Amino acid sequence: MNKKSFSPDMLKLLSAGGIVVLLLALVPLLTARTDILTWLTFTLLYVTLSQSWNIIGGYTGQQNLGHAAFFGIGALVARYLWLYEIPLPLALLAGSLAAATFAIIIGFPAFRLKGVYFIIGTLVLAEILRIIFDTVLPRASVLPSRLLNTYSLTPRYYLILVIAVLAVAAVYWISRSKFGLGLMAIRENEDAAEASGVNTQKQKLLAFLVSTFMSGLAGGTYAYYASAAQPGYLFSAVWTFDAVIIVFVGGVGTIMGPVIGSVFFVLLQQLLSLYLPGGIHVLVFGILFILVVLFLPGGLIGLWKKVTGPDSKTREGSR
Amino acid sequence: MGMITQLLAQTVVNGITVGALYGLAAVGLSLTFGVMKMLNIAHGEFLMLGGYLAFWLLTLRGIDPFLSVPLVAVALFLLGMICYKFLFAGIARFEEETKVKNSLLVGFGLFLVIPQIARLLWTGDVRSITPPYSGESFPFLNVRVAYVPLGGLAITVAVILALHLVLTKTYFGKSVRGTSENWKAAKLMGINVDRTYLITFAIGLALAGVSGVLVGLTQALTPDVGMEWTLKALIVVVLAGIGSVGGAFFAGLILGVVEAVGAIFMGPYAVALGLVIFLLILMLRPQGLFGNE
Repeated sequence: MNKKSFSPDMLKLLSAGGIVVLLLALVPLLTARTDILTWLTFTLLYVTLSQSWNIIGGYTGQQNLGHAAFFGIGALVARYLWLYEIPLPLALLAGSLAAATFAIIIGFPAFRLKGVYFIIGTLVLAEILRIIFDTVLPRASVLPSRLLNTYSLTPRYYLILVIAVLAVAAVYWISRSKFGLGLMAIRENEDAAEASGVNTQKQKLLAFLVSTFMSGLAGGTYAYYASAAQPGYLFSAVWTFDAVIIVFVGGVGTIMGPVIGSVFFVLLQQLLSLYLPGGIHVLVFGILFILVVLFLPGGLIGLWKKVTGPDSKTREGSR
Repeated sequence: MGMITQLLAQTVVNGITVGALYGLAAVGLSLTFGVMKMLNIAHGEFLMLGGYLAFWLLTLRGIDPFLSVPLVAVALFLLGMICYKFLFAGIARFEEETKVKNSLLVGFGLFLVIPQIARLLWTGDVRSITPPYSGESFPFLNVRVAYVPLGGLAITVAVILALHLVLTKTYFGKSVRGTSENWKAAKLMGINVDRTYLITFAIGLALAGVSGVLVGLTQALTPDVGMEWTLKALIVVVLAGIGSVGGAFFAGLILGVVEAVGAIFMGPYAVALGLVIFLLILMLRPQGLFGNE
C-alpha cells in the first residue's frame, strides 16, 4: 500500500470504519438476543460474499454467475474437514484453497469465453455442481450432538466479523493497487488494456483466484455457522444472485457499495418478513436492481455521492 | 419387439415430445438474441407466466388449454411490447458488448421479480394444466402415445413452420433478417429498426408463452420453474447456433432424446450430462453444431 496516498479524507474514513468494527465487536457483550446477532452474522457473511463477487464482477467486469460453485466447494470441504475434527482454521483454509484450485482448473477454459458466453458458461457450471451434489449427497449434514450441545453463536459471529473486515480490507487494497488498475482497465475495454501492456488473461485469472478464494472462505464460515446444511443448497444459485444484487444495488465496483448493499439487503429482508410472506424482499430488490441497471449505474453509493455533492472524485465507472 | 427395444422406443418417443418443447422454448430466445443481440435471461419466467395463464383460463373460465394457446400468445405478445418499451428499448442503442450485458442484467432483475409475483398470484404449490382428456393415450407400433404431448408436438411444429414462413416470406421477415445482420445498414435502407426490435421481442415472449402452455400440460408448473427452462433454452440455442430457427427445433429434439435415453442409464445425472455437453460445445464450437462461421 502506498503510504503517502493517505489523504485526511481517507484517514477520516478509516477511523470511521474502525469505530464501526469496534462497535460490532462489542455487540455480543451488550446483548444476548440471538435474533440481532443472527442478523448481523448474515449481514457480515453477505459482506464477504458480495465483496468476493465484486472483485471479479465489479472491478474486472466479468459477470461470473457461477459464484455459488465456489461458495459451495469452500463450504462443503470446510464442513466435512471440520466435522472430522480437523482444526477449524485449517478446515477453512482448505475449503478456500479447494475453491481457488477449482477456479484454476476451470479458469483457463472459462476465460476463453468472452462476454455473454462467460456468463452463461459459469451459470451452467454451478448448476452442474448443484445437481451432482444434490444427487450424491441428498441428506442434510447435521452437526453431531457433541457440537450441537455446545453450539454458541458468539464465536461464529466473531469469526464472520473478522473475515468480513479482512474482505473489505482486501478489496480496498486491490482497488488502490496497480493490480486493481489493470482489472479496471480490462473492465472498461479488454482489447485496449491488452494493447497497453496489461496481460489480460493472467490478470483475469488472478482476480478470479482472489475472488473464488474469498467466496470459498465465505462458504466455510457459513458451514461453520449452520447447524444443518443441505449440500445441494450450498451450491444453490441463490448465493450468486444475492451477491450480484447486493453489489449492484449498493454500488458495483466500489469498496463501500457491497457493505451498504448487504446492510440494506438483510434489513429489508427482516423488516419485510415481519409483515409479508417470505421472499418479498427479493421482489423489492429485483425492482431496485432493474432501476439501478437502467437509471443509476452507481447504485446507492452513487446516489449518495450525487446528493452530497458532485465535487468528490468518484472511482466507480460505468459498465 | 423385445423388452429392451420397446423400452428404448418408448423412451425415444417421450424424448421427442419433451425435446420439441425444448426446441420451442429455445426458438424465442434464439430469435431475440440473434436479431437484437439481447439475451433475455428471464425467458423461462415468461414461459412460466404463459403456463399459469392457461392454468387460469382452464380453472376459472373452463377454456380448453389447446384453445388458450392463441390467447396466451397474444397476452404475452402485449406483455412483450410493454416490457420492451419500458425496460429494453433504452438499452437497444448501446454498443453490442454493453447491450448484451445490460440486457442480461435487466433480464436478471425480471428473473428475480417475476417468480415472486407468480408466488403471490398462484402460491408456491405445484400446478399443472389437466383437461379431462389428459393422461389418455393410444397404442402405436407397440409404443404408447399420449394425446396431450402429441397435440403439443403438433402445435410446436405448426408454430415453428409459421415462424419460418414469416421470417422468409414476408417483408417483416426481411426486415428482421436485415436488422440481425447489420442494424445500421438496415436503418440506412429505410427499415424501421426500433419497430423491428419491438415486434421481435414481443414474438419472442409470445413463443415463450406458447411453450409455457405446453409445459403446463405435460409437466409441473411452480413459480421457480423458469430458470430450468431458461437453461434448457440456452443449451439448445448454443447447440443450434444463435439465430437458427430450424436448428433450434432439431437441437431441442436431440437434447430431449439424449436426456431421456441418458436417464435410463444415468438416472438423475442425465440432466447434468446435458449441461456438461453444453459446456463442451460452448468451449469447442461456439458457433453451434449447425452454425457456420
